[in-house]
Order: sequence, then C-alpha cells, then structure tokens
Amino acid sequence: MHLTGEIMMNDRLFDKDNFPVFSKYKDTVYLDSAATTQKPMQVLKAVQKYYEQENANPLRGLYELSVKATEAYENAREAVRAFIGAKSSKEIVFTRNATESLNLIAYTLGREIVGNGDEILVAVSEHHSDLLPWQMLAREKGAVLKYLEPTQYGEYTPDMLKGALTDKTKIFAIAQVSNVFGRVNPIKELAAICHENGTLIVCDGAQSVPHMAVDVNELDVDLLVFSGHKMLAPMGIGVLYGRQELLEKMPPFLTGGEMIEYVTREGATYAELPHKFEAGTVNVGGAVGLHAAIDYITELGMEAIEKRERELTSLAFEGMKGIPYVNIIGSQNATEHSGIITFTVEGVHPHDIAAIFDADNIAIRAGHHCAQPLHSFLGVPSSARMSLAFYNDSYDIERFISTLKTIRGRMGYGR
Amino acid sequence: MADSFYGEVLADHNLHPLHRHELESANFVCKGLNPTCGDDIELHLDIRDGRIADGSFTGIGCAISQASADIMLELIIGKTPDEARHLKDLFMKMIAGEINDDELDELEEAGALQSISKMPARVKCATLSWKTMEKLLNDAL
Repeated sequence: MHLTGEIMMNDRLFDKDNFPVFSKYKDTVYLDSAATTQKPMQVLKAVQKYYEQENANPLRGLYELSVKATEAYENAREAVRAFIGAKSSKEIVFTRNATESLNLIAYTLGREIVGNGDEILVAVSEHHSDLLPWQMLAREKGAVLKYLEPTQYGEYTPDMLKGALTDKTKIFAIAQVSNVFGRVNPIKELAAICHENGTLIVCDGAQSVPHMAVDVNELDVDLLVFSGHKMLAPMGIGVLYGRQELLEKMPPFLTGGEMIEYVTREGATYAELPHKFEAGTVNVGGAVGLHAAIDYITELGMEAIEKRERELTSLAFEGMKGIPYVNIIGSQNATEHSGIITFTVEGVHPHDIAAIFDADNIAIRAGHHCAQPLHSFLGVPSSARMSLAFYNDSYDIERFISTLKTIRGRMGYGR
Repeated sequence: MADSFYGEVLADHNLHPLHRHELESANFVCKGLNPTCGDDIELHLDIRDGRIADGSFTGIGCAISQASADIMLELIIGKTPDEARHLKDLFMKMIAGEINDDELDELEEAGALQSISKMPARVKCATLSWKTMEKLLNDAL
C-alpha cells in the first residue's frame, strides 16, 4: 500500500511535522478530521502574533492598535470572500461555527419567509445542526417539515428533489457533503431546481469547504455555512455566506454592541452588512486563525489536497472492502467518499469498535454522528466513522486497516 | 488469537448472554437509554412474593452495556428488591473506584467490570442496566 511518488514527495506543507499535536502524540493516528482538524503551526503562530502585536477591541477604537485589530479582522473576511468566490465581503458574516450560522438563518430569514402551512424540506442525512433549527421553526410557525430521502447509497438526484418540492416549499436545506455518507451532492443542479420553484437553498458546507474547491456563485446557493475548526482554524470561528440582497432583508439575530448605527431609548437603527449580524465583541483571533488556515490551504492548493485525500480514501476503502464482516455505509464506490468512510462491523457495537481503535492509538468516531434520523432511515442504530485530511498518510491507513482486521477476534468471535 | 479486548468474562456475557430474551412472565418493564451512545435496553422483571423470581433484558448496546446487564440479572434473580438495590450501590461504588475487597466479593462476576472505573467514557455503558433496575424497582414498589 503506497501512494504515488508524486504525492509522497510533495512539499512540506503536507507534512505532519507542521502540526504540533503530532509531535506530542507521535504514535497516534488521527482519523477524526470530520469532527475537527488538527491545527498547523502557521495557524497557531498567526493567532499568537495577533494577540501579541495587534490586539484591541476592533471596529470602534480611535487608536492605532484598534485600527490594526480591525484590519486583521476585515482582512480575514476578505480572505474568506476570495476563498469561496463571493462577490462582496458584505456577504461574509463571522459566526462561532456552522451550527450558529444555521440557527441565525432559521431565526431571522426563516421567521420572515416561512408561514403557517408552508413547507421546509430537509435532507434526512443532515447533521442535527441543520435539522433542529428547522424543526423548531416549523413548530413555531405551524409549518410542515418534510424530509428528502436518498438512495441507500446516499445519493440525492435532481429528480428526487423535483418530486419533493411543492409551491409551498420555502426552504431546502442540504449539506454539500454529508458527514456520514461523505458523498458530494450535486448542489448546483439542486440549487437550479430550487430557484425555478421559488425555493431558497441553504447549503451546509462544513464537510465540503475544507476539502474541495467551493465557489458560491458557481453553485448559485443562497446561503452557505461552514466552520473554521474543521479546516485547520481554531474552534469558535465560523462563516455564514448569504447573497447580499437576502442578508439585507434579514433582521438582526443577536442584538447589542457593534451591530448598531444609532440607539435611542425607544429604538435603534442597525449597522450595515455584515456587522448587523455580528453583535458584541467579535472573535478577531479566530478570524485571524481562519485567515492563516485559508492561506495554508491555498498555498498547498485545493487540487493537490483533493488528490491526496482521494488517494488516501481509496487506499482505506479498498483495504476495508477486503475484510469480512465490515460493511461500508453509503456508496460502494471509493470515489464517492470524500475523505469520510462510515462503517459497521457485524456483531460489534460501534463503541466497542472505537474503544479497540483507541487501545491501538487510532482516533475514530462512533455513535450516530449527530444524524439520528439518518441512522433510523438506514436501519442501523449507530456506526463507526473514519475521516481523514491531507496530513494523514499511507502509514495511518495501514494502521487503521490492520486494527480493523483484528476487531471481531478481539471481541471473542471465531475462537 | 489475540486476547479478548475486555477479558473473557465480558466477552462471554456479550456474545452468549443467558438473560437476553423476552420474558412473558414479566410484570415490570423499564427502558434504559444512553442517547449519545445509542445504548437502548429494556429490562423485564418478574417480581412476586417479595422476590425477583425471573428477569431478562432486550435491546441493543455496546459489549459493556450488554455484558453488564447479563451479569446483573445473573446476580439479582432470586434476590429481594432490597438486596438488588444493595448490589446496585456496591456496583456504583466499584465504578467510582471506592470499593473494598469484601464488597467486591459480593459482586461476584460483576467484578469483571472493575476496570471501568478507569475508563470514564464507558461508565455510562456499564451502569445503564443497574440504573434501569433501580428505576424499575422505585417505580414498581
């Protein structure tokens, strides 16, 4: 099991040595990047440098440090804009994470456009964070929450969507890549169908933006959310992209400092985009970290990242397919797994699978992956998931496969 | 063959549970859930004349939750509800790492789960059936 020479000798940015956590945990194989990625030195240093050299409360200070902090923050916004191809940095709102972005959308836009008897359509594979805000909104408004179901291979087709939309469907919410299936959904086609129907499409990019080139204009999505911590940045910084005219129509979410223009005893006018949605002192350190993460990814090149992750995925996939009693959830084709392979081992509960991997210093996820309705749909109570990033290598995959082979035996089967 | 990951006792109770079945004579049933793990068991007890005459469990869960339920039933069948509660208290003490040797003897095979006191992530799995049993007894009597 070896990767092609070209990737193996690729430049130092792929190297685990850039990730300080691996110098402490030398023997640990980290295969839980879909939950959160490790952070490269370059990101950690950028955050430290910000706090050492530029820290002040941004956006209102009338002195040099505050101006620097504001610049650092707004430069990060511009980096995000360029990274996802948005037209204007006014379309980029910083939040804590994808979950907060989705809640923001449901609370503001959702409340504006969804009424009694309207429909909200959600892909059944959505993470709870892209499901519960819609469930609450539907309950509050007396709207109907409908689910779009994929094939057992995790595929959503344009025809399925056509069949599920009605003239009452106001919002369709779907991830570009499901955190269980790992399959890339045809967002561009789905968005076009939504727009013909007068339905807004909300795209959860938490598992796609870190691993593939995403261009919001190319996809023509109305709203896109993602988390910094799943793409090398610190925890606590996330992004909401929204088309400008949409964001302008949306009322504020949280209210307080930094999001106002003018406040009287009776009322207030709100700041311009995007500050209208960024109440309170913002997370400049996190934004600076996200900026550094984007620089890191850009320097590596998304194409090179995708290529490497595809090769590693396929290495793992082929290894897994050869092991009896191991069932892969979703597509049975390696190319339809974007760095995520969810699986079960017959007769072994996923928690025991994860415990055995942990004993061999391999970090994987087990449970329902915050997607309980999907697990009910699939008829499995829970599953195990390995997910990778470009900093993994073929050695990691070999370790994963060799432990996977021992699991049933170590649970007492076959003796 | 590698040694059993959780040891022979737990592996055996997980793979060949004695008490994992439906129980027609049961007059008390209680569900136990660990939502984040997906452990979902149902405890069935047949309590008559002041004793736990028979018992069983059904449902799904990891090896630790399943083995723990099976071992628990092995211990409490034939006992009075108060004796069963006492064993539950001892089991909790063991998991908390506060049990003495005499008390450990009382727990018999359940002592195989002592190592869980050093695995915080698995405490909920090991204690699920015991907590479910206590809830059943409190609701029933």
